[in-house]
Amino acid sequence: MNAPAPAGGSRRLFLKTGLAAGGGLMLSFGWAAEGDAAPAAAVNAYIRIAADGTVTIVSKNPEIGQGVKTSIPMLVAEELDVDWSAVRIEQALADQGVYGRQVAGGSMATTLQWDELRRVGAAGRQMLIAAAARTWGVPASECATSPGRVRHLPTGRELGYGALAAQAAAMPPPDLKSVPLKDPKDFRIIGAPTPGVDNRAIVSGQPLFGVDVRIPGMLHATFAKCPAFGGKVARADLAAAKAVRGVRQAFVVEGGTALDGLLPGVAVVADGWWAARKGREALNIAWDEGPAAAQSSQGFARRAAELAAQPPHRTLQADGDVDDALKGAAKVVEAAYSYPFLAHAPLEPQNCTAWVRDGKVEIWAPTQNPEPGRQLVAKTLGVAAQDVTIHMTRCGGGFGRRLNNDYMVEAAWIARAAGAPVKLIWSREDDIQHDFYRPAGFHHFKAGLDKAGGLVAWRDHFVTFGEGEQYARSAGMNASQFPSRAVANYRIDVSTMPLGVPTGPLRAPGNNAFGFVIQSFIDELAHAAGEDPLKFRLKLLGEPRLLGKPGEGDSFDTGRMRGVLELVGEKSGWGRATPKGVGLGVAFHYSHLGYFAEVVEAAVSPEGAVKVRKVWVAADVGSQIVNPSGALQQVQGAVLDSIGQTLGQQIVIEAGRAVQSNFHDFPLLRMADAPPVEVHFLRTDHPPTGLGEPALPPLPPALCNAVFAACGRRIRALPIDPAALKTA
Amino acid sequence: MPYRIKVNGRERTVDVDGDTPLLWVLRDSLDLPGAKFGCGMAQCGACTVHVDGAPTRSCVTPIESVGKAAVVTIEAMSADPIGARLQDAWVNLDVPQCGYCQAGQIMSAAALLARNPNPSDDDIDAAMNGNLCRCATYLRIRQAIKHAARGGKAAS
Repeated sequence: MNAPAPAGGSRRLFLKTGLAAGGGLMLSFGWAAEGDAAPAAAVNAYIRIAADGTVTIVSKNPEIGQGVKTSIPMLVAEELDVDWSAVRIEQALADQGVYGRQVAGGSMATTLQWDELRRVGAAGRQMLIAAAARTWGVPASECATSPGRVRHLPTGRELGYGALAAQAAAMPPPDLKSVPLKDPKDFRIIGAPTPGVDNRAIVSGQPLFGVDVRIPGMLHATFAKCPAFGGKVARADLAAAKAVRGVRQAFVVEGGTALDGLLPGVAVVADGWWAARKGREALNIAWDEGPAAAQSSQGFARRAAELAAQPPHRTLQADGDVDDALKGAAKVVEAAYSYPFLAHAPLEPQNCTAWVRDGKVEIWAPTQNPEPGRQLVAKTLGVAAQDVTIHMTRCGGGFGRRLNNDYMVEAAWIARAAGAPVKLIWSREDDIQHDFYRPAGFHHFKAGLDKAGGLVAWRDHFVTFGEGEQYARSAGMNASQFPSRAVANYRIDVSTMPLGVPTGPLRAPGNNAFGFVIQSFIDELAHAAGEDPLKFRLKLLGEPRLLGKPGEGDSFDTGRMRGVLELVGEKSGWGRATPKGVGLGVAFHYSHLGYFAEVVEAAVSPEGAVKVRKVWVAADVGSQIVNPSGALQQVQGAVLDSIGQTLGQQIVIEAGRAVQSNFHDFPLLRMADAPPVEVHFLRTDHPPTGLGEPALPPLPPALCNAVFAACGRRIRALPIDPAALKTA
Repeated sequence: MPYRIKVNGRERTVDVDGDTPLLWVLRDSLDLPGAKFGCGMAQCGACTVHVDGAPTRSCVTPIESVGKAAVVTIEAMSADPIGARLQDAWVNLDVPQCGYCQAGQIMSAAALLARNPNPSDDDIDAAMNGNLCRCATYLRIRQAIKHAARGGKAAS
């Protein structure tokens, strides 16, 4: 799920204008193939300026806590030149035909919209200037704007945007490619710390989230699925469920076999959720477990060790001659690393409200990715995609879990069967035990150092899940990660084993694991070379240069990484003496177009308990931080999220099912364990990129490297096991 | 059977089974969706309300155990001086990310400040450790509680 390339020159952004209700200016945008006329139907009313000067900007992307409902409209408001306090934000319906990409994934919102949506805002400003110039009979070049007003500079006359809106609607939209944009030094909104637009509603308990949806006549549902992945319902005591007070219906859903579709299970529909849950408990379901019931984490680890000892199934990338270079190396270092399955556990459990009437489906859902949900619902229910309407609610967390819309199709199916609007809410146990997990993985490294401690060969035999050339979802590897192209002899081999457990992207997919194994092993190499871990990394990065081709998603700028690595070293006081049992660890990682280096100070007690005392982050995400408040939140949140994962989270598979079930055995970080996280943004002359994910991957290795510095024990498997660190 | 409970200063009657958790009475019967469902076993604190002033996990509080106690939810916090200060601090310091846990966080924080108007970091950690934030906004939560404790004034 790394960044898709921004749309190239084959399409053009177009603008449409119109009169808003009440006589204001309405601006819509869309994309057409280069050379084609703008389609007649495309009106998204993206910006509306009312006669009273109120500005409405549509938030088109799903909001999962990454802050796009605030930061993206900030881009528009800046170039439109209005006061942020005059702006109202309206959540869009899911409709990619009208709004373009509507996905919370890949940290791509800023990257993709930084240029385009500022141009839309700037075009609106030009039209308001044109309307004022016509009113006054003066050249537009004599007019300027201050927030919400156009001013004729020679005479000092002014008109508010509201007064100009109706006339502006009649002006021809300017050419978006050449519309003038502000000089960043004149930004007033971009770069100003701006609280989230939903904050007041959130802190007063207003209904914003999927679980809060309430439709008149609505019923409440639970849905029980087989604990072992891929199983079916053999028997269920539907009568017992129906005997529970408040239960209206109980029925078996046949479902299919695709793990990301409608699965078999038993639905209970009741007057309230608690009754639906009690009904579910009365079902006494017998399951017909599928072939995955023979799978286990232990079995995977055993099989991975066997595969690692055999020739790999295939080679992903081979530069130079690794075997030859290892033979000639002064020192060879070998290590095996592994990491577990992980659940997403967004705090709002999966839920969806659906209403099926007259062959049409209306959905209210917290989703990161509504369009595939629409397709899934349409296909499963046998209705046309255009007959599925999706309201995107605020999401109580996403982390990649809600890129899948399994709960959406369940709600739609149950609602149709129930003949009423139905709100389906999963229990936390449903959520932890029916996730699309971050796949576990196994890496077998071998590297060679020359006499001077330089890296001459790097080999990783990655054992992962899949069959043949096909990886399980999110279980593949981008072989061009650093140190690819920085070492002459480099080879990534891969072997796969079959998996019946559903997997999918988790915040910084792939990278959240590869950062750990690569930067931990590099730390081992630094120690083997007898060098300081930070200096060893700088040497490995070498002179500032681009590895790979400019503009390619996997190109890597060693200069940008050096910049953040040097900065984090300086800010953390790298190299200073630490008390006994305390150590500093460093790591860097590039993902989602962002360059991040982190230092962790951690203490390890004689009993093996790890305490993170402080984290320093240096980040390069380009020339501009759009919303410094949200940006800091994303970085601190990713770091703390990752501390929780590294210290205690794992999903263990036994008999084809997840052992863990709730927060007592899948622990999230708590406040008392949250250390200060000091964040420094290094501004560089590159386009701004996203922040939801790239701060996460360097944390696990920086923490594990700090543990090594503190107590001399190397962590090669996550989560950290205190028993293995015990010295007392 | 019918239960009479006092919620946000009003007497309310609900007809549910006695084992129904207060959380689901508030959300499904009384249309007070501010308290959130997160875990169902008092692990996350998203469902926190006040019962006679004490922060209480409503997801494990059967309606039959509430009796005559005064139940207060996030929906009533803007009318409470401490609650309003906390809400303002939360908004202005931009605490929420996804926001789902924040009603529960504020309810725990309000109970803390009611008994300890000037809490230390350790006091805050102890009072707030039962409230999970999956987005990990803990650093800002701590800051906002201190800000509200100072009456909304900046640190000197």
